[in-house]
Amino acid sequence: MGLQTKTKFTLQRRKVVHRILKERGDAAVVTGIGNAVHDVASANDDPKNMYLAGVMGGATMVAFGVALAQPNRRILTITGDGELLAGVGSLATVGVEQPKNLSIIVIDNQAYGATGNQHTHTGRGVDLVGIAEASGFKQTALITTNKELENELPRIHGAPGPYFAVVKVLSKSSARIDAPKDGTFVSRRFRDAVAVEGI
Amino acid sequence: MVKRKNKSWHWSQDVHQLFKKIGIKQVAYVPDGGLAKLIELCQADRSMRSVVLTTEEEGVAQVAGAWLGGQRGVLLTQSGGVGNCINMLSMIQECRIPLLAMVSMRGEWGETFPWQVPMGQSTIPALEAAKVIVHHVDLAEKVPETVNAAAKMAFDSNRAVAVVISQRISESGGKG
Repeated sequence: MGLQTKTKFTLQRRKVVHRILKERGDAAVVTGIGNAVHDVASANDDPKNMYLAGVMGGATMVAFGVALAQPNRRILTITGDGELLAGVGSLATVGVEQPKNLSIIVIDNQAYGATGNQHTHTGRGVDLVGIAEASGFKQTALITTNKELENELPRIHGAPGPYFAVVKVLSKSSARIDAPKDGTFVSRRFRDAVAVEGI
Repeated sequence: MVKRKNKSWHWSQDVHQLFKKIGIKQVAYVPDGGLAKLIELCQADRSMRSVVLTTEEEGVAQVAGAWLGGQRGVLLTQSGGVGNCINMLSMIQECRIPLLAMVSMRGEWGETFPWQVPMGQSTIPALEAAKVIVHHVDLAEKVPETVNAAAKMAFDSNRAVAVVISQRISESGGKG
């Protein structure tokens, strides 16, 4: 446990996600598994939300596929540190491809919230912003205060991407909010709302 | 489809043309010898975006995202990469998102490298366990029509379909 971060963070994950989504405009959102689903669903069950309630490690690449298909729309990935770590190679792929309209927001509580708050690697020294920068992300941020979050909002929603931010939050889960769970429903509702031209 | 056996013909040319015809816009792949010609043709084609992955499961997620955003994608992988895809395929099944995959086999027809055999022999059972419909093809001339059939079932019937290309074809150089 030698590398464990001692800093206590004060931001509350749900407030952070709600603040980000308040400015979403017509952005599409892809969540990662776990608390991110509840955080996003509790803001507003928007048809342009794709809740990934499974496929740990897949959120970034699902969002990347949407981003390529919808180049004129902002795509936000809102996910947790555990989920991102499970697909960390995705950062290398996105870093190579440089999609301008993709923002990845990691709500980092340094813990696996869904399984009992066991430590993830981010609480033990692994620096996701550093990994993103080393993978070719030129727009990155580490957010630990409300002021930093406010300052960063325009870049989250508008910086030429790929954009990557880690928001350090309290390792405390908020209430579960039931997002629609049926994959066929959520995916078709999302596609109808997001895809300008069906095939 | 007409059999072609002239020396310059390779199944990849017809499959690439088919991709164009059916509107494939995203080609997700991990480099592979058996699919190398097809990958080169796709890379050179500016009407589609070819994306190199660090691991094949990224491609399952990407082509799911492509469909969610209104485009068609295809995943190109060697059999060894199928094992990396299993959990990600649960999204395809749960959401009934179309998946078109092309899998080139190792560890199958006349394999001489023992480390390829375990995953090669597990490839089709693993795909089928993940509810991916498998079209196995062992003659180069039959690859284009098989991909055409797989694409129809994938995109028109919203199913996951993998065209598994026998090692017998890549051993022959992929020509007719």
